[in-house]
Parts: sequence; structure tokens; C-alpha cells
Amino acid sequence: MNDYKDITLQGMWKNNPALVQLLGLCPLLAVTATFINGLGLGIATMLVLIGSNITVSLIRNLVRNEIRIPVFVMIIAAFVTIIQLLMNAFTYELYLSLGIFIPLIVTNCAIIGRAEAFASKNTPGIAAFDGLMMGLGFALVLVVLGGMREVLGAGTLFAGADRLFGPVAESWTLTLFKTDSPFLLAILPPGAFLGMGLLIAVKNIIDAKLAARTPKQTEKATRARVTADT
Amino acid sequence: MRLTLSSSPHQRVRRDTGQVMRLVIYAMVPGIIAQTVIFGWGVLIQSVIACTTALLAEGLIVYLRKRPVDRTLGDCSALLTALLIAVSIPPALPWWMTVIGTLFAIAVAKQVYGGLGFNIFNPAMVAYVVLLISFPAAMTMWLPPQSLSTLSPGFVDMLSVIFTGYTMQGYDVGQLKQLTDGLTSATPLDTLKTGLTQGMTYSEVLSRPAFDSGLFDAMGAGWGWVSLAYLLGGLMLIQQRVISWHIPGSLLVSVFIFASMLHLANGDLYASPIFHLTNGAVMIGAFFIATDPVSASTTSRGRLIFGAAIGFWVVIIRTFGGYPDAVAFGVLLMNMAVPLIDYYTRPRTYGHAAKSNRKK
Repeated sequence: MNDYKDITLQGMWKNNPALVQLLGLCPLLAVTATFINGLGLGIATMLVLIGSNITVSLIRNLVRNEIRIPVFVMIIAAFVTIIQLLMNAFTYELYLSLGIFIPLIVTNCAIIGRAEAFASKNTPGIAAFDGLMMGLGFALVLVVLGGMREVLGAGTLFAGADRLFGPVAESWTLTLFKTDSPFLLAILPPGAFLGMGLLIAVKNIIDAKLAARTPKQTEKATRARVTADT
Repeated sequence: MRLTLSSSPHQRVRRDTGQVMRLVIYAMVPGIIAQTVIFGWGVLIQSVIACTTALLAEGLIVYLRKRPVDRTLGDCSALLTALLIAVSIPPALPWWMTVIGTLFAIAVAKQVYGGLGFNIFNPAMVAYVVLLISFPAAMTMWLPPQSLSTLSPGFVDMLSVIFTGYTMQGYDVGQLKQLTDGLTSATPLDTLKTGLTQGMTYSEVLSRPAFDSGLFDAMGAGWGWVSLAYLLGGLMLIQQRVISWHIPGSLLVSVFIFASMLHLANGDLYASPIFHLTNGAVMIGAFFIATDPVSASTTSRGRLIFGAAIGFWVVIIRTFGGYPDAVAFGVLLMNMAVPLIDYYTRPRTYGHAAKSNRKK
């Protein structure tokens, strides 16, 4: 069970694909102009990640080492195609607003990275869990960044929720403030870079605070070291 | 009284940062006076807003970073940044936009990088560009010179416009822009850009009221005088040896050369070099903005390249780009290139042969 706890911590925080590994920045920065766009792409990426992790893990002993990367890419491409067709069918407007970034999930390094680094070395169950946690960590950053940019740029939150959740969600839009001159910087790509930098900074601050709080274990050692093999 | 005797060489104490910054601020006074006389009280009100924001923001951030607050505020660099922002934004800009711009300059462009001396970009120009791309409509709402406008707002009216959006009589900024001939005013650079897109020739554009200055044909009404005032302040800075002549000199010469080349190629489409030099932010940019000791190049040859490249970008972006003025973009673009320029223009170390000789 400790494995699962560790994988959760790795995916959501310590080794977060967006904040720490800095993988998949292209879709991350391009589509997070609103909360719902971020959520949509986050879920799509997570589903692809789970599917590809399970499949790669299942065939890990059948694929020869020399050709593993092309095989992984084809598996990922297959799952991306599935997701793309599903979104085309059920969330057509979101599909249109995400545009090229849905097929581009294929090139998201976070996915092939997990296939290579984790799924190809572990059993399907744990690989699926890793995909879920890495996907959740990625989606979380997309959603936070999207929400931040939407609030700053347009003064709303959850605008266009109906594109993901159907007509029920039409009234979910929260209008925090109305303005004639929106803060365009937040919506434009530079705002994504700045927001991303701020999120990473916040994470580093929290990490530093946590590290400062946990007592140093070396303090217990009173014996003076004379050798240099620390 | 203590008399100290020391052996030679005797060297005078160099000015500290605070003195340099204060001298630059004093040198801006002629320009600010010209802007106030010609365009009204707006620039002074904006200066107060920007300076207050800058000092508060800098003080708070330096306090949070556990650095000495009084020493940081005492170097006056935040004050100078705030003043540069205040003179480069439209005088009737809503107060909260000025606050956002100044906060961005101090917090993001300066303190995030580590404070004065570590910022790679000129904070005032970062603020200007942030405001320009965020609020393009408000950032191009320049009031006409008071000699041309029908309603020249007084101090109370200006204060009211900045804080509420309307004068005491209820006019908004759009109405304040009305000229005596019923047309809406625009800056000379704007007038040229829209005139050219409407199919006018350059000399036809010059007959518009925005160019009624009486000194040169191409000098914008009011704007030209502001530029000359900043030129005066800049020459004072060079005379006081606060800045070297390299950056402003090469910048102005390069604007002149590139503008002349275009103008000679097609005088109907491309503005004359005098137009480029006397309008917009070229003068203040050359002497006060591009010479920022932190974000500019540090070697003599590097400064020549730095200034010339900014001049090149100013002419190119003004002529072919989407925005009317380009000094801020030019400065920021070349700020990025400064490490490279400095690397390739390192002066010969005393006692060492020049690079080309060593290879032989």
C-alpha cells in the first residue's frame, strides 16, 4: 500500500508533470485561458495517460527494446484518436475551442515519459494508478492556471461549463466583476507564462517552508565525523 | 576635525546610486514641466499615483524579503521608475491602470529578479508594455495639446477624470479628445498611421492639426516641444557625466539613418527622420530609458551597438508594426540581447594582447 501513497505524492506534488518535470508545457500554456478549457484538456490528457500506461505495461515483456519508442507512440496515438473522436461526439463545442491541442496530446512528453519511465517497468495495476495520479496532477495545474487567468482576465469563473457538462451547466458561470477593459495580459500567452512561473514559485515556497519545519535528522548525531564519506 | 592624509593616487569619491538616480530625476524636470504646460495636470497627478504605488510596493516587498527597507527606498530607483512610467502613459489613464503598471514594474520586473542591479529588463518599459497589451484602448487615449482642444480640463477636472472617468461637467475622455475643428485628436504617430492606411501621403498627413507646431513641418504640435525638453534634460545628464554619450548618440543617429533610408526610398509612404526624432518617445527613450545602467549594455562598443539596434527597431516597428510607437519594444528586445552584446564586446584586459593578435 505504501507504493500507492508514494505514487500519489509523486504525481500530485513531488514530481508533478507540470510544476516539477515541466512537461507538456505547450498545451498547458496554450489552452488555459479559461477554467473549463483547462479542465477539458486535463481530463483528456488524464484518460490518455491511464490508457497508454495500462497498455504499455501489458505489452512490456513482448516489445523488444530497440523498437519500444515507436510502439509507445503508436499506442498513445491510438488513445488520443479515441479521445478526440469521443470529444468530437459528446462535447463538440469544447472540441472546437481546444482545436489542434487535442491531437497534440500525442506529443505531450508527460505521457511518453510515464510510459518509458514507469509503465514499461511495472505491472498494469500500479501503472494505471500512476497514470491516474500523474494525469490528476497535470489536470490540477491546468485547472488552477485556467481559473487564475479567467478570473484576472475576464472576471468570471466556470464560463462555458455547458461545453463540457451539457446544458445543465449553463448557469454555472460565476461573474466576480464586470469591466469594460479586461486585463488582456492574463488571457494572452504571456499571462500563461507568468502564471506558470508564479505557481512554480508558490510550490517552491511551500516546499521550503515544509523542509524548514521538519527537524533535521543529522542533529541527533553527536559523533564527530573524521572521514569524508558523507 | 579629522584630517586624513593618504598616499596617491587621489581619487574623488564616485557618486552613489541614490545620487545618480536623483540627478536623472532632476534632469527629467524640464520634460515634465513641458508636458504639464502643454498637456495639463494629468502627468503630475499620474506621477503622484505612480510614485506612491512604487514606494509602497518596493517597501513592502523589500520588507518581506528581509532586506534593509530604508536603504532600498533611499536609492530612489523606484521613484525614477515610477516617474518614467508616469510620463510615458496617457495623462488621463484611469488610476488603477497606473497602479497595476507600477506594481508590475516593481514587483515582477524588478524585485522578482532580485531587486535593483539584477533586473534584465527595464522596469518602466515592462510596465508600459504590460499596460499597452492589456488595455490597448485606454493606453492610446492621449489628450490633445491644450492649445488645440476645445475643453482643456483644469486640475480638479483632471483629477476627476483619472479617478472616476468623467470631468466635473460629465465629459469622458473620448469627449476631451475633441479638437476645435470637430475632429478627434490623435498623437502625431497615430495620425500618421491612420492617415497612411486611409491612403493619404506623408505630406498630406502633415497638414493635419496634430502637426501645427510652427517649428518644423514634421514636428507634432506640443509633442515636439516635449521632446526638445527631454533633449535638454538629456544633454544635462551627459554634461554631468551621469550617462555616457554612447547609447543616446548611437540611438539617435541610427533612427536618423534608417528613417532617412526609408524616406528617401519613398517620401510619400515613409516619414522623414525629423518626424521620427521629434515625435513619440525617441528623445526620452534615448536619454532616460535606454541608458538605464542595469539593463543596458556596459561596454563602450556594446553601448554603441545597443543604442543603434534600438534605433533600428524603433523605425522598423513604427513603420511596419501594429503599434504606433516602438521605443518600449525596442528597449525590451535589446535588453534581451545585452548579455550577448557584452560577451562579444569585452574590452581588452590591460596587459593582454587583443584577441586577433593572440591568434597569430
